[in-house]
Amino acid sequence: MTATVTTPRVGSRNTGIRRGEAAAGWVFVLPVILILGLFLLIPVLMALWVSFSDWAGRGSPLSGSVNFVGLENYAAVTTGGGLAERDFGISLRNIAWYVLLVVPLQTALSLFLAVLVNRAVLRGRGFFRTAFYFPSVTSSVAITILWLFLFSQTGVVNAVLAWIGISGPNWFQEPSGIVHNALAGIGITTGPEALTQTDVLGVSLWEWLAGPSVALSAFILMAVFTTSGTFMLLFIAALQNVGGELGEAGMMDGANGWQRFWHITLPQLRPTIFTVVTLGVIGGWQVFDQIYTGTEGGPAKTTVTPAYLSYEAAFTRQEWGEGSAIAFLLFLIIIFFTIIQRWVLRERGVSKRRAARYEVKGGRS
Amino acid sequence: MSETLPPQAKVAQVDPGRPAPAPRPRRNGLSRRVSGQIFLYALLVILAIIYIFPFLVQVATSFKTDSEAASNALSLFPQTVTFAAYETLFGRSDFPLWFVNSTIVTVVVTLGRVFFVSLAGYALARLHFRGRGAIFALVVAVMAVPAVVLLIPKFLVLNQIGIYDTYAAMILPLLVDAAGVFIMKNFFESIPVSVEEQARIDGAGAFRVFWSVVLPMARPALITIVILSFQGSWNELSHFIVATQSPELTTLTKGVASLASGQLSQGTQYPIKLAAALIMTIPVAVLFFIFQKRIMNTSEGAVKG
Repeated sequence: MTATVTTPRVGSRNTGIRRGEAAAGWVFVLPVILILGLFLLIPVLMALWVSFSDWAGRGSPLSGSVNFVGLENYAAVTTGGGLAERDFGISLRNIAWYVLLVVPLQTALSLFLAVLVNRAVLRGRGFFRTAFYFPSVTSSVAITILWLFLFSQTGVVNAVLAWIGISGPNWFQEPSGIVHNALAGIGITTGPEALTQTDVLGVSLWEWLAGPSVALSAFILMAVFTTSGTFMLLFIAALQNVGGELGEAGMMDGANGWQRFWHITLPQLRPTIFTVVTLGVIGGWQVFDQIYTGTEGGPAKTTVTPAYLSYEAAFTRQEWGEGSAIAFLLFLIIIFFTIIQRWVLRERGVSKRRAARYEVKGGRS
Repeated sequence: MSETLPPQAKVAQVDPGRPAPAPRPRRNGLSRRVSGQIFLYALLVILAIIYIFPFLVQVATSFKTDSEAASNALSLFPQTVTFAAYETLFGRSDFPLWFVNSTIVTVVVTLGRVFFVSLAGYALARLHFRGRGAIFALVVAVMAVPAVVLLIPKFLVLNQIGIYDTYAAMILPLLVDAAGVFIMKNFFESIPVSVEEQARIDGAGAFRVFWSVVLPMARPALITIVILSFQGSWNELSHFIVATQSPELTTLTKGVASLASGQLSQGTQYPIKLAAALIMTIPVAVLFFIFQKRIMNTSEGAVKG
């Protein structure tokens, strides 16, 4: 009865053994549609409305007393000149440094781990993979608690630093930026006027260039620790798909291990590297749990992320329009990176050269 | 590529279908290869220590006194072993309640997800009906919506439909997961159609075919869904923050996060916090070690798909 496969659907939909299928199909997908619609589609539309309204958190946002205020909430956080704009600017500064440091570090480390544990002859391969992957399955709350302890004044990290004579900072209490700290190390404590006098989003360029605060740096290390295992698995999968023949040929030609990796393996891993980088960027922009659990944005707002700021504006300060506006700006940024990723990876099968061309385009736009 | 020639069996395991590499010229001296191996293992061991040590310290610290936790953070063996942290957690805090809440939510969410997600996956893979393509497109689009953007929206809807601060608010939105639908659809598409035909000819309805014929074959995919949804809902934090406010509905993630900011304790009290985080990790860790192979392969499969 393979006829069901070959017969055109239209003719057979309501006859024979396909009878009632349409109804069943709809019944089967109904729960998914209802729940996704109710808790995803409708909420997004409602929040979109709130981001354009002056709703203050009381009563229904759909009631008649709530007014449409156009782009006012968006303007408040981007051009308002007040505290809201400055907070949004600081959160963008923080997350930009976070993503800028986390993504390369986690990509390089996870690739390095994957290459190490991918050797077929390695003894204890399973053990090492497990050790590197385990932090990825634990909850961000539990890891944050552990991190608060490890990086506390009397914690493990400072105890290790003490071995080599370094008196470590009280990590999660330290708001100074690491770039500023490095500059202070060579005697530069104030920036040139061109930087200190120019503001972008209420934050001076000098502050933009401060680097992540010491507190945020501890979160950066935590992100690298917890995500490198997941991405290692992606790289292991990719490495197993890389043909060995090219490597063999390279070896015959006298290429050493490093040359073979750099010129033969790495180019073949390009799609996976791109996936890891974009997933890292998308994930990086969304940091919330760690901040909520750990520092609540402090010290001196240097760990405020856009996601946390959006939550804090709405739920703590009752600035619902502002919070929703920040959420949608964040949404746009993340969608932008998602689209770039989908777009580039869709072209993967065509040819390496074309893929490379798109990659350059993606990075530029 | 490995430095030495791997045994035949290992090659087959790593990459079935490709012939073993030809013997290569042994230009490198044996001693150099041995020292290279020693270096590799030393590196791996150091890295493994860096990844494992924090968890060992966590276990050790949960049995320390407050003062020892501060004065001797590195030691893996407490000078005086004390169960005070665990006694406080279980005897004088809401920790047991949080644990029960997390368990209820996780179990219900996992069961619900397995059912709804496989139903939808089956329909999208096998049943022909108008609008199927559109629904699938919707599911894929939904996967791109980042969870943190939904915090305010979810609160608004839960509030509007009057279930804010209830178990329903915690559970319903998590019952369905677009990625799960995607995984199940892919799996059902890989099952030959002929399997269902006999049942259909015998007059079984769509649900009957799904429930008695196809679902039992889907065990590997179902286990994947179970792992993902257990892990996801047990570790979920942000959704519970915006869905509830009552202390009676606090989950482990929310409760332990409140411990971190010192709401229930005076001073640092690291042993209590670390013990709480540790207990919270145990169920996921157990799941991880039981299904280790599958969890590792899940991620690999996700990439290839």
